[in-house]
Amino acid sequence: MTIAAFPYAMPLHGLVGGLLIGTAAAVFLLGSGRIAGVSGLFARATGIAPGRRDGAAALFIVALIGGAALVNVVSGPVEQTFMDNWPLLALGGVIVGFGTRMGSGCTSGHGVCGMSRLSPRSIVATLTFMTFGVLTVFAMRLMGLGG
Amino acid sequence: MRQFVAILSGLLFGAGLAIGGMTDPARVRAFLDILGQWDPTLAFVMGGALLVMAPVWLVQRRMDKSFDGTTFDLPGTSTIDGKLLVGSALFGVGWGITGLCPGPAVASLATAFVPAIVFVVAMIAGMILHRFALKP
Repeated sequence: MTIAAFPYAMPLHGLVGGLLIGTAAAVFLLGSGRIAGVSGLFARATGIAPGRRDGAAALFIVALIGGAALVNVVSGPVEQTFMDNWPLLALGGVIVGFGTRMGSGCTSGHGVCGMSRLSPRSIVATLTFMTFGVLTVFAMRLMGLGG
Repeated sequence: MRQFVAILSGLLFGAGLAIGGMTDPARVRAFLDILGQWDPTLAFVMGGALLVMAPVWLVQRRMDKSFDGTTFDLPGTSTIDGKLLVGSALFGVGWGITGLCPGPAVASLATAFVPAIVFVVAMIAGMILHRFALKP
């Protein structure tokens, strides 16, 4: 299924993917009593977050990689185009790491889990990172960076 | 139980990201590029996830404990402070530069190892920097 005005969009794939992500977050919340926020789980899995390293979080991260790999094996390689400017890719990574810890969440924790919970904190966070994401892409367009 | 839940949830999450096109940074960036060839796919992914999770919170409110027998350990919902705003704004900037947020970046480690590892190592550095710069 395609949308005439946006020929590259994959609405049906997106919806199915979203339903799976929602189910994943539901399983995690009801099954272990916690938010399925990837930045937080990653920090606890690696021991970057204060406190003991979290073994279950590490399993989640490994399974996350496995789940994406499985789709690529079953359906053939999924299209992935990364920016080829590595210094900029790394700079973005540092900012994402710092920002998601400072803001206590990312697209999964604030976006999926927090917004569905109608948490004012997460709604504000999501609107903020969406807005700054759009502004950044716009600024890069003006500077002729990143296509 | 906790281990099983983590593995099942991780697999579903990773598969959902890949099927929904979210492991393609160019597609995610195109969602943020409202003046370019805008790609609304991310909105469908977010919509699908919210559709499942919204009623789940209603169920959660009626539960004393999660299925593994532990009490719910959930963050507060009301505090909106400078850390939340500045952190989220910074995250948005990095997301806009690369088209990558933590989930898709980590999920790409098996399928696009080289660029994913560049980003993830940098993300780890940013997380460590935050821990030592802001939480002495």
